[in-house]
Amino acid sequence: MQTLTEKLLARASSRDRVKPGEIVVIEPDVVLSHDNTAAISAIFQQLPHKRVRYPDRLAVTLDHAVPPPTAGHARNHARIRDFVREQGIANFFEAGRGICHQVLCEEGVIGPGMALLGADSHSTHYGWLGAFSAGIGRSEVAALWATGQLWLRVPETIQITLAGKLHAGVTAKDLTIGMIGRLSSDGANYMAVEFGGPGLAGLSPDSRAVLTNMMAEMGAKNACIAPDAVTWRWLEATLRRTRPHDHEPRLELFRKLALYPDAAADYAARQHIELDELEPMVSCPDAVENALPLSAVARTPVDLGFIGTCTNGRLEDIAAAADIARGRRLRKRLLVVPASALVLRDAAEAGYIADLVDAGATIGTPGCGPCMGVHMGVLAPGEVCISSANRNFRGRMGEPEAQIYLSNPAVVAASCVAGYLAHPADVTGETAADS
Amino acid sequence: MARTRHRVWKYGDSVNTDVIFPGKYTYSIDNDPAGLARHALEDLDPGFANSVESGDVIVAGRNWGNGSSREQAVTCLLAAGVHAVVAKSFARIYYRNAINSGLLVIECPEIVDQVESGVMIELDMEAAEITCDGRRYAFAQLPAQVREVVEAGGIIAYLQRNS
Repeated sequence: MQTLTEKLLARASSRDRVKPGEIVVIEPDVVLSHDNTAAISAIFQQLPHKRVRYPDRLAVTLDHAVPPPTAGHARNHARIRDFVREQGIANFFEAGRGICHQVLCEEGVIGPGMALLGADSHSTHYGWLGAFSAGIGRSEVAALWATGQLWLRVPETIQITLAGKLHAGVTAKDLTIGMIGRLSSDGANYMAVEFGGPGLAGLSPDSRAVLTNMMAEMGAKNACIAPDAVTWRWLEATLRRTRPHDHEPRLELFRKLALYPDAAADYAARQHIELDELEPMVSCPDAVENALPLSAVARTPVDLGFIGTCTNGRLEDIAAAADIARGRRLRKRLLVVPASALVLRDAAEAGYIADLVDAGATIGTPGCGPCMGVHMGVLAPGEVCISSANRNFRGRMGEPEAQIYLSNPAVVAASCVAGYLAHPADVTGETAADS
Repeated sequence: MARTRHRVWKYGDSVNTDVIFPGKYTYSIDNDPAGLARHALEDLDPGFANSVESGDVIVAGRNWGNGSSREQAVTCLLAAGVHAVVAKSFARIYYRNAINSGLLVIECPEIVDQVESGVMIELDMEAAEITCDGRRYAFAQLPAQVREVVEAGGIIAYLQRNS
């Protein structure tokens, strides 16, 4: 009897079954890198292997500093384009297409049953599609390019069962901030996290990606959700748009590869979460695990807000912000950076971008934005930022003497309207449901 | 290998990659050891980079290196001359990066609360123990497959030798 992660790793290592604690060698279907690709290729050049073993398995996105803010960053991108051309890399996505984790899902580069290793810590993301995915370092990626293989320890699995339904104004982000506060930043270190239970059915694809993405902040090796009707509907609708000529065979492959946990699988620990009991949460400076209910820090003054990133830069996040901004004036600066070009296009078509711009927001190029302090939107000393991102470490957004609070996107927008940390109901005048 | 002596720099729990090596430098400083060393622990202990000496060790609490996958959080310490990081526990990507770059990482929870910055400890890798103030603290050896990578000096050196 195996957990979803064990089944995924058994397939990736061509075995019938694997056990937690075993060291296995896997051959991932996808190897991801982004603006760090040029640095990885410099490491790769130290190896005797002249060619990438499986160029069709590599995926490269330009997303961390786009468009390039300096000549140095532009040179870095130029080197990456050269490498992609020389090695015949199959999946290359240009600056402006969006953040790697969003783009690879939208483009069907990865799907149910597959395995991905990526040179990015939020590579836990892809588990929402029923895949195994984990973050690794640059040298390991260079080794993977050369050999197509890497060793991994099979992790124990924590099962998290969701029941009930989230109240209006409460999101998957609040669930994860609360959980990381309770279990701490190493609550799942070296472990897998598997989400399940009847509460999942009510969570949208955009929300599910928040769950698996944020498990990186709890130390997890990977996080996953078995595919269900919600997953398949999203894949069918999205791949029809991004792969008009081959979405059918791609979906057929995903259906063939999809894996599901055994009902009697062996879990190392179990958590049960009643979604009805959750409330909006905030991570206070300088750690995600410094979690408090929004109500405990309400009215803390803020200088600016940021909505975006692989965690909370999708359509439902921008919609939530637009619902609050519509017809109002932002007292504080708000930077909105869509997670992908597709998200930007859909947000424009739905009128959300107009709502946000009318209220005074700034819209950035799809990509990582100022999340990790290398691109436009970085903070000044003493500034307080409310952000929908995933990390609020000291210096994260480029300035050690700035403070970062993390929340869901509606709270970011509401706080920019109010000028202080605020519940959306505080600015819309609607009654906050049970919070 | 005989016992080696090292001066301790002591830090607390949950030290993250961003304070070990700030993200704003990750696409401008990479292969330049002097540049890496200059920014080591910049947002955690601004005095570290100027005073650290080759052979010093870091002793820290739980979850050292949580956060980003950036390898510079490991290589900046190597460039600064740090011999090893001893901690109650390590974040998983940091642990792998250290092994793959040839930085010694030792999980030894018992010693952490017994030492302060400036004290000297002795390290014996063959016996897998640390000595401080006459007391001995044992730690677990790495699995054999992983030890091969460390002994080669990291994954790139390992592949150069084995392919």
